[in-house]
Amino acid sequence: MIPFQYVRALKQRSAIDAVLKDKSAQFIAGGTNLVDLMKRGVTAPQKVVDITNLPLKEVVLKNNKLLIGALALNADVAEHPFVVKHFPLLSLALQAGASAQLRNMATTGGNMLQRTRCPYFYDTVLPCNKRNPGSGCGALEGYNRMHAIFGASDKCIAVHPSDMAIALAALDAVVLVSGAKGDRRIPFTDFHRLPGDRPEIDNNLVRGDLVVGVELSQNAFSKHAHYLKIRDRASYAFALVSVAAALDINGNTINNARLAMGGVAHKPWRLFTAEKFLAGKPATEENFKAAAALEMQTAKAYEHNKFKLTLAPNTVVEALKIAAKV
Amino acid sequence: MENESASHAPNGSRRDFLKQSSLLTALALTPTAVIKAAENDEEIASVFEKVPLKFEVNGVKHSLSIEPRVTLLDLLREQMKLTGTKKGCDHGQCGACTVHIDGRRVNSCLTLAVMQEGKKVTTIEGLANGDKLHPMQEAFIKHDGFQCGYCTPGQIMSAVACVREGHASSPEQVREYMSGNICRCGAYPNIVDAIMEVKNGGNKI
Ligand SMILES: Cc1cc2nc3c(=O)[nH]c(=O)nc-3n(C[C@H](O)[C@H](O)[C@H](O)COP(=O)(O)OP(=O)(O)OC[C@H]3O[C@@H](n4cnc5c(N)ncnc54)[C@H](O)[C@@H]3O)c2cc1C
Ligand code: FES
Ligand code: FES
Repeated sequence: MIPFQYVRALKQRSAIDAVLKDKSAQFIAGGTNLVDLMKRGVTAPQKVVDITNLPLKEVVLKNNKLLIGALALNADVAEHPFVVKHFPLLSLALQAGASAQLRNMATTGGNMLQRTRCPYFYDTVLPCNKRNPGSGCGALEGYNRMHAIFGASDKCIAVHPSDMAIALAALDAVVLVSGAKGDRRIPFTDFHRLPGDRPEIDNNLVRGDLVVGVELSQNAFSKHAHYLKIRDRASYAFALVSVAAALDINGNTINNARLAMGGVAHKPWRLFTAEKFLAGKPATEENFKAAAALEMQTAKAYEHNKFKLTLAPNTVVEALKIAAKV
Repeated sequence: MENESASHAPNGSRRDFLKQSSLLTALALTPTAVIKAAENDEEIASVFEKVPLKFEVNGVKHSLSIEPRVTLLDLLREQMKLTGTKKGCDHGQCGACTVHIDGRRVNSCLTLAVMQEGKKVTTIEGLANGDKLHPMQEAFIKHDGFQCGYCTPGQIMSAVACVREGHASSPEQVREYMSGNICRCGAYPNIVDAIMEVKNGGNKI
């Protein structure tokens, strides 16, 4: 790790200013992604701004909205009684991520901002447009088993690795941001971006933007929600495919469905087409299969991830069956 | 009060040098006052190669001066000679480096030491009570919860936390909540047995 200057921020404003002032400065929260990337030389900030002393750790209920501070730890959010009761999807997704130790360090803000785990991004001698714009995408013609089947470009086929983000996308969370131009609210589905011609940009934040928290509105999905993660081992591995499924069911009729997939795109992939198809229909395996098939029409696989074309719809159907209890 | 205390930027101008030398003199006299001063002036603070760190390890208070890029794992092993905590992967993937910070298990390899100001760290060396082993250490010996032993300090620190967190209600739950600790010798069944015995013993650990 190259040497860097360490700044301990005690006020939100000074944290933001420190990063605005210095182009090579980065915030650090849990450090579980940043320190790893710094050790590997993937990123090399000259200034690291420690935000862990800011008062952003709380999870509070305010006017029927749940406010999760950016520094609330993944382990604490996952077990927060209110989250478990009203947003079980988020709790399950958090518990499916990383390990007990890492969840004790990882924060809500850091989790949604973690970088891709694409091996070409990690290995600094290989080409990668995300790490080194213009160097090419090593995965496109390389070993692309973990890579995207939705929304990729010929510049980048990496996927977003977060489990938490998939649940937040399905639950229509709002990201609360504070930055140079004041405070902003970004709907979670607009927070991350697709790679297009600028894969080095993961999301719609700009320099100096600090994520201060996430807001969730009460919903009717808590009784029928499931997060299903398929991975190479039973625990402590990133998703090949994951599905966050939440249903609002009346009798056997689906009023509303919320679906998002992980491990398949540069951002949490909301299944709007499938959601629309399911609304108003009976909760049957047949309908689940039809919804998944509709969504898969836009999927495109590469040499080593063709299995995802089968795994993804199967996982959608299975997650929906578990959520609907059919 | 301003909000930053900072360090490192080896490009010392004459002005910086003057500030540094007077600061270093002052530091020897009244550390807290000067560190406060450093918090007021990022430029002054930035001439330090090392940052002060006060924290507690295994019940002993330490006041050190460290480089910001040093991980807690390297500080413990290389500078404090607490080599019980192991370095397996150095990337958060194996759990060999597990320690407790303020009672919670974490991977010390992905933790910057400088961020532990005011924290209480417990390592495997701090688990036993004098010559009397911790019940989890006893259980690992009794159940043969290791072969080469390299992952063991991390396993034991993780296991103690797993029971304290209430995540050891069944062997299945133990397997899930211990998944952050890899054992290349494959001692997993015995590790689970050891943890279940401590848990079922019902004693507060
Ligand atoms: C071995 C291993 C396995 C893992 N497995 C999984 C898994 O299965 N599923 C999963 O979802 N994740 C997994 N992770 C990733 C882990 O969840 C993330 O590393 C973690 O959530 C990042 O949070 P952090 O607080 O440590 O972020 P940091 O490392 O501190 O920061 C990450 C990035 O976010 C920025 N940042 C942090 N906080 C803010 C803020 N408030 N505002 C603006 N910018 C900010 C930082 O500048 C940095 O660029 C794994 C990690 C490891 C090492
Ligand atoms: S050495 Fe820290 S997890 Fe492997
Ligand atoms: S005992 Fe050898 S690695 Fe676990």
